Amino acid sequence: MNSPDTTDPRGTAALAISARGLVKTFGKLQAVAGIDLDVPRGMIFAVLGPNGAGKTTLIRMLATLIAPDEGKATVMGHDLRDEADAVRSSIALTGQFASLDEDLTGRENLLLLARLWGFRGRQATGRARDLLEAFNLSDAANKQVKDYSGGMRRRLDIAASLIVTPGVLFLDEPTTGLDPVARQGVWRMIRDLARSGVTILLTTQYLEEADQLAARIAVIDRGRKIAEGTSRELKATIGSGFLHVALGDASDIDRASALLEAKLGHPPKRNVEGGALSIMADTPKAANEAVAALMADGIAVTDFSMGTPSLDEVFFALTGDPAEPEKEQAS
Amino acid sequence: MNDITPATLKHVERPARPGGMSNALVFGWRAILKFKHVPEQLFDLIMTPIMFTLLFTFVFGGALAGSTDNYLQFFLPGILVQTVVFNSVYSGMGLSTDLGKGLFERFRSLPIWPLAPFAGLMVGDVLRHFIAGSIILAIGLMLGYRAEAGVFGVIGAFLLLFAVGFGFGWVFILMGLLIRTPMTVMTIGFTLIFPLVFASNIMVEPETMPDWLRAFVDHNPISFITTALRGLMGGGVTFQQILLALIAPVLLTVVLAPASLVAYRRK
Ligand SMILES: Nc1ncnc2c1ncn2[C@@H]1O[C@H](COP(=O)(O)OP(=O)(O)OP(=O)(O)O)[C@@H](O)[C@H]1O
Ligand SMILES: [Mg+2]
Repeated sequence: MNSPDTTDPRGTAALAISARGLVKTFGKLQAVAGIDLDVPRGMIFAVLGPNGAGKTTLIRMLATLIAPDEGKATVMGHDLRDEADAVRSSIALTGQFASLDEDLTGRENLLLLARLWGFRGRQATGRARDLLEAFNLSDAANKQVKDYSGGMRRRLDIAASLIVTPGVLFLDEPTTGLDPVARQGVWRMIRDLARSGVTILLTTQYLEEADQLAARIAVIDRGRKIAEGTSRELKATIGSGFLHVALGDASDIDRASALLEAKLGHPPKRNVEGGALSIMADTPKAANEAVAALMADGIAVTDFSMGTPSLDEVFFALTGDPAEPEKEQAS
Repeated sequence: MNDITPATLKHVERPARPGGMSNALVFGWRAILKFKHVPEQLFDLIMTPIMFTLLFTFVFGGALAGSTDNYLQFFLPGILVQTVVFNSVYSGMGLSTDLGKGLFERFRSLPIWPLAPFAGLMVGDVLRHFIAGSIILAIGLMLGYRAEAGVFGVIGAFLLLFAVGFGFGWVFILMGLLIRTPMTVMTIGFTLIFPLVFASNIMVEPETMPDWLRAFVDHNPISFITTALRGLMGGGVTFQQILLALIAPVLLTVVLAPASLVAYRRK
């Protein structure tokens, strides 16, 4: 699975991350089953995937926490295997679960890391103070982390990754479990960071998050990359929107399904509860006509709406649609 | 929520790389902070030995040694050994807790000396042994214990205790690394430690024990350590006793420190 082109010096110099054929197996399970990744410097890059897709495993390999079984990668020009320490010097990782010392205060957590990086005395306290201020945590600086809210923890966790400005910042599901306000705050923070020149590789389960933040998105499922591109390119592959239809009578579902497929040219997805369908619709006009056709055929429609596709629907579109070949390796 | 201020996002270069010792001291500082924030942990550490001291001295002391005073004189060095060994179990539990929280993920992604977190743990352990040992000794002195060998004997005894704590510490560091749940570390830890501590000469001289048990007690590393400690504090210690006492801690360190590093790297 190794492709030889990783040695191309021109290609890797401009890339913050370049990975070829990464594989990690746990027992019988291939958590990551051969992933290629090229992340240009200074970009926000999102890895989108459902639970168990292998996002954390991929990040942990790139952050030198676990060794890949196969494949190779460079991070900021350093080889993952041979120059692990150089890689560690140029990255920072904010893991999926807060990596903070719950017993210590916010300030002490930052001081601890600043000192481990080699800041001494005033420099270390200054660094901790600056970061607390920047992340709006000054008031809670002397509280123990176990008394922090989820949003405060996340901010402190990210602050702790910025003691020394990293070349690449890995953020593993930075907003999972946050309320919408806290999520907006973290998003703003990520954008500001990217503006300051840091390359950011983040993972997420939310299409919306990838869409909002990332210049490029890789969609992974069961350890494989099933699509990659800009948000616009991905949307073009999976249709600009999704039409959701609720039926008055669940027994109409087969008829409705066939009709919608004929009208819109995509396979509809039945909701588990029955009596409802989701289907890709290339334009609002086409969706409108499809609903009209249902009604004209005497099918009772109690509700319909147009929405952006959920991650679930993206996967359905990318994996469950034999008519439309995957636009994999579109890069 | 306010935005982060761009000023702080200025580029910060890393300072000169600190040495391994400096890293270890930072982790030691963390251990000390833990005492400040979680003073309850000391309570766990010293309550058991205090209870043991009082119970054994006053309940069994007369029967075992003729008088409570005599027994205390015999028992106190032993209870110090027991305290240190039990403490090491708690330290392994602490490590297992830390590892479960993802905090070590961050440490491992930092360019630092890989053994520094454990060296820091040891600094914390030594401090705990010192605090717990001092409290037990103070209570002993109040109850009438006399360290015949004087201050230097006591200092020597504490140094030996640190060595013992250091050596046995690796057992529980390794367990902390290999076992996910802190409660399991504690259960297995005490299952291993209890026979060693009780089938030793800490509580009673082995004269009255059956031969098979006596053979075990006589070769139990805890007995060697206790004998040396009695000698150090009460006077009359021999060089050979100290050597025998140090065998187990040295062996454990030589074998388990590299094993711990491998387990840590592999995680
Ligand atoms: N240390 C491990 N030992 C065994 N299996 C593991 C280990 N780590 C991950 N796995 C398995 O590998 C697969 C991918 O896990 P991973 O944590 O990378 O997924 P993820 O995309 O991060 O999921 P989530 O969104 O739930 O965080 C899962 O099936 C998981 O059970
Ligand atoms: Mg994950």
